Amino acid sequence: MPRPATTRFVVYGLLFTLGTLFATPFVWLVLTALKPVEQTTKFPPVFIPRAYHAELDGRSVEVTKDYILTQDAVIVEAAGMRHVVSLAHFDDAASTARLSPDAPPLHARLLKRVQAGDWRVTERAEGFGRAGSLAWDIVPESAIDAHVKPRWENFALAIATIGGRSVEEVQGTVSTVHSHGADSDVTFWDFLTNTLLVCVLGTVGAVLSNALIAYGFARLKWPGRDILFAITLGTMMVPFPVLMVPLYGVFKELGWIGTLLPLWVPAWFGSAFNIFLMRQFFRTIPEDLSEAARIDGCSEWQIFWKVILPLSKPVLAVVALFHFLHAWNDFMGPLLYLTKRSTFTLAVALQNYQTQNGGTPWHFLMAASTIVIVPVILLFFFTQKTFIRGIATTGMKG
Amino acid sequence: MAQSRRQLRAGLGFTALWVVGLGVFTAYPVLASVYYSFCDYSVLTSPLWIGTENYQRLWQDDLFWRALRNTLYFAVFSVPLGAIASLSLALLLNQEVRGRPVFRALFYLPSIVPAVASSMLWLWIFNGQYGLLNFVLTPILSLIGLQPPIWLADPNWAKPALVMMSLWGVGNSMIIYLAGLQDVPKELYESADIDGAGPWRKFWHITLPCISPVIYFNVLMGTIGALQVFTQAFIMSGGTDDGSPARSTLFYALYLFGQAFYQLRMGYASAMAWILFVMIVTLTWLATKLSAKHVHYNR
Repeated sequence: MPRPATTRFVVYGLLFTLGTLFATPFVWLVLTALKPVEQTTKFPPVFIPRAYHAELDGRSVEVTKDYILTQDAVIVEAAGMRHVVSLAHFDDAASTARLSPDAPPLHARLLKRVQAGDWRVTERAEGFGRAGSLAWDIVPESAIDAHVKPRWENFALAIATIGGRSVEEVQGTVSTVHSHGADSDVTFWDFLTNTLLVCVLGTVGAVLSNALIAYGFARLKWPGRDILFAITLGTMMVPFPVLMVPLYGVFKELGWIGTLLPLWVPAWFGSAFNIFLMRQFFRTIPEDLSEAARIDGCSEWQIFWKVILPLSKPVLAVVALFHFLHAWNDFMGPLLYLTKRSTFTLAVALQNYQTQNGGTPWHFLMAASTIVIVPVILLFFFTQKTFIRGIATTGMKG
Repeated sequence: MAQSRRQLRAGLGFTALWVVGLGVFTAYPVLASVYYSFCDYSVLTSPLWIGTENYQRLWQDDLFWRALRNTLYFAVFSVPLGAIASLSLALLLNQEVRGRPVFRALFYLPSIVPAVASSMLWLWIFNGQYGLLNFVLTPILSLIGLQPPIWLADPNWAKPALVMMSLWGVGNSMIIYLAGLQDVPKELYESADIDGAGPWRKFWHITLPCISPVIYFNVLMGTIGALQVFTQAFIMSGGTDDGSPARSTLFYALYLFGQAFYQLRMGYASAMAWILFVMIVTLTWLATKLSAKHVHYNR
C-alpha cells in the first residue's frame, strides 16, 4: 500500500530529528573527551577540538587563547615583570605606567603596542604543575595558527590517572606524592581485570547453572517440582533493597566483603528469571528426542548435555549476553561489597574518579566514560540479533 | 514409590544449585530482613528486638516522606512520559522505512550504557555554566525574556532533569513495543481499511487493544524500576547519599542505602525496604486487577 508523500516526509523528518536527539549526547561525550581542558569550559562551547600555535619569544609553541582585548593597550616591563596596561594608564613620554588605577606610576619600559581585538595567548601545558613559568604574549588573531586537533592522548591520560595518580605525577612535572596509601599501585588495568573477571566468571556460571536448573524444571517430573517452581517465580517480585542488608551480612559471615566473590559466585546458583527463560525454551524441544536418547541408554545428564544443550544455543546466548552486560554495568553491587581500590570494577572506579584529587576535569571524565561505554556498544554491534531477539522474547533486560 | 524417589533424586540433582541459591541468597535474606525491620541492628553488633519502633520512627521521619515524595514525583513523570516516548518511537520504526536497523540501534543503545557513565555524561550536559543543553536553550529562551535553569544545581529543576535523562533510556521498552506491534495481525488492518477506517481509528481500536498486554508489562516494570532508582541520583549528588541539591534528589533507594551503609541503621533500612516491597506488591496487584478489565490477551 503506497503512502502519501507527506506522511513519508513526516515519518523521515521525525526519525532524523529524534535520531539526532538520541545521538547528540554520544557525540558530545566523544567531542569533550577529545578536547584540551580549556576548550571544555568555553561558553559558547568549542565544538570541534582545536589546537592553536603562535610565536612566543621567537619559538613557535602551542598556546591557549585566554581572552580577547577590549581596548588598545601596551605591554610594558615594570618592577621586573611584564604587564599589560591600558593606554590611559601609560605615559609614553615619561615611561611610566600605573599597574592599577590607584597605584602610583612606576618606571615602565615599553615592549609592545597591542590593539583591541588581539588575543592574549599562553603557552599550553597539561595540568597545573608549570603554571607559573609559562610564556605569554598578546598577538593579533592573524598570528594564531588554528587547526582541528583531537587529543587522543586524553584517553591515555585518563587511563593513567584513573588509578589515583594526578596528571602532574604522570607527566613527571612533580615528583610522586606518597599520599595514596597502600593502594597507590592500582591502575586502570586492575579495574579492567576485575571487571572482566566478574563478567566472565559470572556469565559462565549463569549459563551453566541456569541451564542445569531449568532442565530439572522443564524436562523432569518429580514430586515438589511445581511448588518449587511457583516459589521461584514468586522471588522475582522481591526488590533488591529487601535483600541488600541481609545479603551484606551473609557475605560478611563468609568473609567475602572486600573481594570480588559476592559479584560472581551467586550467579553460579541460578536466578529466577533466567531459570524461567530457559525452562520456556527447553519445553519447546520435542519430548521424542529425549525418549529416543533414553531408549539408547543415555542418562539424564547425557540427554541434558548432548541433546538439549546443543539445541538451546539461542537461549544460552541470550542469558550469557544479558548477564555479561548486567555485570559490566552493575554499580550498586560493587559499591556495596568492594572496599579496597585494588578490587574496584570499572563502574565504581569511574564514580571514584569523579571526585579524585579534588575533582577530575570534564575532558578526562568523558574520556574515562567513553572507555567504559565503548565495549558495551561494540558488544551490541557484534551480537545485535541476539540482543533484539532476547529483549523481544523476554521483555526484560539484564 | 521407588520410582518417585528416583525421580525426586534426579529432579533435585539438577536443581540442587538453585535450592541452595534460593535458600542462601533469597529466602534467608527475605526472612532475615523481616526480622531486622523489627530490630536495632548495625551489622557490628547482633540485632536487638525493638518491636515496631523502626516503623513508628519512619512515620515521623521527614526525610523518609521527602524521599517517598521525590520518588513518586520521579515515577509519576518518568513512567508515563517514558511509555509515550517509547511507544511513539516503536510506532515510527514500525513504518516501512529505510535504515530501520540504524535508527533502532540508535534509539536502543542509550538504554544499555552503564548508568554510571551515562549519569556522568548527563551531569556534564546539564552543567549550568558550560552545558550543551543550556547552550541550546539560552538563545531560544532569551526570545521570550527567560533564562534556562541551572538544572541539577537547582532544587526545583533537578528532578525534571533526571526525568529528561530517563527518557534517553527508553530504548529497551521501545524494542518490546516494537515486537508487540509486529505481532498485531495484518488482517485486522486490512479489514479496517475496507471499512474505511482512518489511521487514528485504526490505532485506537486495533493497535492499542492488541498491544495492551505489552503496555501493561512495560508500565508495571517501569514503575517498579522507577521506585528503585538509585545510581543516577547517587552520581549526581557527587557520590553521596545526601540527594543534593537541598535533598531534591533524595530518592527512596538512596535514602535507604545511606541509612543502611553510611548510618549503619540496618534495621531502619530493612523497615524501609519492606514498605517498598509492600508498595510494589500492592501496585502489581492493582495493575493486575485493572488489566483484567482493560488488557486483551485473546488474539
